[in-house]
Amino acid sequence: MFSKDRWGEIIEALNANKIRTLLTAFGVFWGITILVLLLALTNGLRNGVTSGFGNFATNSMFMWTQGTSMPYKGLPKSRRFNYKIDDVAALKSQFPELKYVSPRNQLGGYNGANNVIRGTKTGAFQIYGDYPEFIKQKPMDILQGRFISYSDINAKRKICVIGPDVVKGLYNKDEDIIGSFIKINGVNFMVVGTFKITNSQGDSEEEANTIFVPFTTFGQAFNFGNNVSWMAITANDNTSITDVKESVFSLMRERHTIHPMDERAIGHFDLAKEFGKINGLFSILAIVGYFVGALVLMSGIIGISNIMLIVVKERTKEIGVRRALGATPWTIKSQILQESLILTILSGMVGISFAAFVIWVMNTILDNVGPVENFANPSVSMTVVFTALIILVVSGVLAGLIPANSATKMKPVDALRIE
Amino acid sequence: MIQIKDLHKSYHMGSNSLHVLKGINFDVKEGELVSIMGSSGSGKSTLLNILGMLDEADTGQYILDNVPIKNLNEKIAARYRNEFLGFIFQSFNLINYKSAADNVALPLYYKGIPRKERTEKAEHYLEKVGLKEWSHHLPSELSGGQKQRVAIARALASEPKVLLADEPTGALDTKTSYEVMELIQGINDEGKTILVVTHEEDIAHMTKRIVNLKDGIIIDDSRVEQVRADQHV
Repeated sequence: MFSKDRWGEIIEALNANKIRTLLTAFGVFWGITILVLLLALTNGLRNGVTSGFGNFATNSMFMWTQGTSMPYKGLPKSRRFNYKIDDVAALKSQFPELKYVSPRNQLGGYNGANNVIRGTKTGAFQIYGDYPEFIKQKPMDILQGRFISYSDINAKRKICVIGPDVVKGLYNKDEDIIGSFIKINGVNFMVVGTFKITNSQGDSEEEANTIFVPFTTFGQAFNFGNNVSWMAITANDNTSITDVKESVFSLMRERHTIHPMDERAIGHFDLAKEFGKINGLFSILAIVGYFVGALVLMSGIIGISNIMLIVVKERTKEIGVRRALGATPWTIKSQILQESLILTILSGMVGISFAAFVIWVMNTILDNVGPVENFANPSVSMTVVFTALIILVVSGVLAGLIPANSATKMKPVDALRIE
Repeated sequence: MIQIKDLHKSYHMGSNSLHVLKGINFDVKEGELVSIMGSSGSGKSTLLNILGMLDEADTGQYILDNVPIKNLNEKIAARYRNEFLGFIFQSFNLINYKSAADNVALPLYYKGIPRKERTEKAEHYLEKVGLKEWSHHLPSELSGGQKQRVAIARALASEPKVLLADEPTGALDTKTSYEVMELIQGINDEGKTILVVTHEEDIAHMTKRIVNLKDGIIIDDSRVEQVRADQHV
């Protein structure tokens, strides 16, 4: 169908009226450019907003305790309670669908009092008691040394991993950090690693002022015993945390003698659900992008269809001659179809390339001016490009269909009679 | 070569019906050069269109080279036209964005002949009509007579059984007309069957047989002494 001769015929026909061909192509070029740009902008918005979530594993929730709101089994209302380290083991054994259950404790808060001393330097930092899994829930770069390990947990070693601002506050330049000691609330800890949290917005200052110590050491050194302040729970990739969380709460109520209907006793933040909401919003935005883009593209395609109709009309006589010389209706039809197809695809490709160029320019500008709130890295995936191409092919055929039919509707004898 | 029996054709325009051909009977043997004459409205063009399978008769028989031509769909008609017939039109009907050689090669393209062979044949036939040096020119760069000669080369290219010429000299001045007729006579001398529709007496007398049409019937069909066109040039 696409022989070399056919190509020649098509290129000749398109070349016969260059300005018209260009103007026609512009409609589709513009449509596809708008489509791709809209999707890229949506993506940029999505990237910008979701990066505000930090990079915590999204299929996660945080669970803490609040006072009970109902009396139960002789226990009063407004009772305070604490999760224990056993709860973690129970959760892990009862719910195999949970990937990580990290108990956490915290000392010091944002803008709290000075709690860390090294030589003559002091600083106010946040101290977390954590398990080794935590680094998998909240990815961070270990710049020097290592993160907490299970042997630290088991031996209750007094070691710590410190953030960049801790290093800045307590150390001079060129000082060896690994192996040095810092005093947290009067207890000496050896620094075994430094970390940096990348790809995070908003919390970065807080995160940079963080010190991680082994959970067990934390409990013993700072008198937390077996208490767990809160847990960061991540579910396996194929289960949603939102689906399992209610049964997790039920188990916790049972273990802490809380009324089964007491919703308020257990506080939680469902990251997956919030993330899902935002994601849903952007899925809708992407659909809107497709819709608007497709409509703009459609006007371009109607343009092609229109022009092809005129071309067919103008070439009625030529088509009659071709048929007199032995062209079958199908030959004529397929040539018209291919002309519109090639016109659509070519102008579409140019449109996609142009949109890619605009996106590149946007990214270069963004790189130069630094991060912009709620907007980052506008881009489209290959899927979008292929979808756009498929839309182009389909619409190219659609655009050619009516003109192709009208080209052969007239009998050759009538076509020849037209002047 | 051509046998036609009791051919009828009428056109319907709204409630009016126009009976154009009212029973045409005639035969053309191989190698004949026939002119079909008649005033406008006599049905000569309709007859030629039916012969050219561009139009279909209502009733009657049409046999071309022992093949009965009836109930054609467009696809078969296109193939028959390509194989059996070469067309020469009054207004040349060259494709204006194609060079002379490409115009001549067009029927061969529809025949499915490979490009190289096509080009060779096109050159050959252009040489035959004396336009070898013009093969890369566009029709707009040619004179009327040259255009018609390209059209004749195009009609010859697919080596058809019959050439059908509809007023081939209608758009040309007398001198050029005679040149074109000289070419047509030359082709006929090589044995090609040719039908020429014309309303010019002098052109008709350059053929070997004149069929006179009036109001849809043949009123006269006689052989004539052929006047050679080169005597006039």
